[in-house]
Amino acid sequence: MTGKSKTSVASILPGAVTLVLATVYLIVLLRVENQATILALLGVGIAAVVMANWLGWFASVGQSFGEREGPLGLLAVGLAVVVAGYFHGDHFVLLLLCTVLLYTLATLGLNLQFGFAGVLNFAGASFFGIGAYTAAVLNEHTSIPHLFVLLIGGGMAALIGSLLLLPVLRTRGHYAAVVTIAFALLFKTFLEVNDLLGGPQGLQVKSMVLFGWSFNNNIEIGSLELSFYFAYFIASVLLLVGAFILVRRLERSWIGLNLDALRLDETAAQCFGLNIVRWKVTAFLLGNFLIGVAGTLQGFVTGFVQPNSYTFADSLIFVSILLLGGIGNPWGVAVATIIVVIVPEKLQVIQEYRFLLFSSLVIMVLLFRPDGLLPRSVRNYFPGWRP
Amino acid sequence: MTQTSPDALLTVQALTKRFGGLVALDQLELEMYRGEIIGLIGPNGSGKTTFFNVITGLYGADGGNVRFGGADITRSTPQAVYHAGISRTFQRSRLSLPLSIFDNIMIGNHKRLSQGVWFNIMRRGAFRAEFAASFEEARALVEVFDAPLADRMLEPVGGLPMIDRRRIEICRALISRPKLLLLDEPSAGMTHDETKQLMDDILEIRDRIQELSIVIVEHEMGVIERITDRCIVLNFGRKIADGTFAMIAADKQVQEAYLGLQ
Repeated sequence: MTGKSKTSVASILPGAVTLVLATVYLIVLLRVENQATILALLGVGIAAVVMANWLGWFASVGQSFGEREGPLGLLAVGLAVVVAGYFHGDHFVLLLLCTVLLYTLATLGLNLQFGFAGVLNFAGASFFGIGAYTAAVLNEHTSIPHLFVLLIGGGMAALIGSLLLLPVLRTRGHYAAVVTIAFALLFKTFLEVNDLLGGPQGLQVKSMVLFGWSFNNNIEIGSLELSFYFAYFIASVLLLVGAFILVRRLERSWIGLNLDALRLDETAAQCFGLNIVRWKVTAFLLGNFLIGVAGTLQGFVTGFVQPNSYTFADSLIFVSILLLGGIGNPWGVAVATIIVVIVPEKLQVIQEYRFLLFSSLVIMVLLFRPDGLLPRSVRNYFPGWRP
Repeated sequence: MTQTSPDALLTVQALTKRFGGLVALDQLELEMYRGEIIGLIGPNGSGKTTFFNVITGLYGADGGNVRFGGADITRSTPQAVYHAGISRTFQRSRLSLPLSIFDNIMIGNHKRLSQGVWFNIMRRGAFRAEFAASFEEARALVEVFDAPLADRMLEPVGGLPMIDRRRIEICRALISRPKLLLLDEPSAGMTHDETKQLMDDILEIRDRIQELSIVIVEHEMGVIERITDRCIVLNFGRKIADGTFAMIAADKQVQEAYLGLQ
């Protein structure tokens, strides 16, 4: 006897409270400039999380996110807009928020590839860069509407990524990873020696124009003046929400199951009719598409592309976000991106050492919490559904 | 010369598999009928698991052929063999431990689930209907094996004891309604009582699905005696006996293979 869903659905409250507290904390962190205060604030944040974990509060938070994901997602979007609204005139903070959103979007693509299908991709930043360069080139030489430029940027990343398909499909595990590393290194060199793409100096990207409205003008509503980055912020939010829903639905479908099955045991999956190549290709291309779309918008946002922004080291940042957040969990990816992008920007002292810091952080997480800060939970095809 | 009889489900002729100089299957001949339960026995390394791997397309045969339901499946991929109606369990249980019971069983249901990307992502209403029907079906199947287990369908398999994992592996093989089920040492790693329970379950399933044929690899002769209609004994990749359990138990060659020459 299985009813649709029983009334005893987990409360939305723990999740909502957590989101609001996190938002307040984020606003304070973004406001403060004094380095000592920031350091203290980070200490307080870590202590609070450790404490809450120790008291077992996260179990109920996890439950409310697991079963009431829709409304909580909506709340998260609303709160993100509140944060952006609070800093409406601050170019720097809004640019930072855009970066967080677009890195999250790109890492969702990586999550599809590695987290679900088990295909390692150490060239994330390269595909991100392909999107950005697509934006620069198409913007300069054509008058294709920018909404399509976003799609073409994603398509280019998928298309160029398909060059890697043959070697990636014929190798496994570490060897496939080496193929993508080689691609990442070649890609940067290719950009540097290619005069058409601006060589090492890179290219300018002209402002984004959607529906006849140029993004690079500050927005005036009555007496209120918003930074022009606010428009980019909204565009990033919309793209991220779309990608989030896509990735979630994919995970909660037979396709998500196929990807898990082939990642966990290819031989068994084969014996139950699964076409390994079809699903690996699907995951790889779709993942690259998301990474490419994120990169395209990022190209518009920064207004400038250069080979040095899309190096192997940047690819490692994407991978470390995924490892840190919790492979397979999009919420974890979002949280990890916030940490990885915002902390070094605010804490100037660690700027120099951020790679050292991230790498030790990733090693710590892999040692003590191998499934990431927010581990993926068992698949529930419909949030809140119980047998 | 071998004339396949009309209701033969599986016909194996002169099947040979070599690994370098080792002949793992040597000119194996076998005929199996619908609804039959065959025990495949023999000492370690006699080619039992290799036989399964060749039938299911994981290994390519070096000679001979395999016909299933009239069609030649000797060179088929594992995917095609599954689609033709053969499913199996593995000697070392190959479940996906982080996934739920339901997910694991659904892996076996691949051919009956809609695999279109558009269907899965955009037509969530239709997907939900398919999901609910599949869930009920999987649950009912698990219930045949163990009623309490059927209430834990969304729990990860990794936390379950061996007998439950074996049950789920058999459910995964059965959910797609195969014509032939290959069981590779289902009792490995279980106690006597657990083995008995599991065999009761298998017999119950067989009573429900009359058409189902089973090949079972097993070391416990008690199990073989109880559930098989016929036994085939392998030694060094060759068939050395074929008959009812009583017949093969009395066979001189079989005794030698198992106990060594006196």
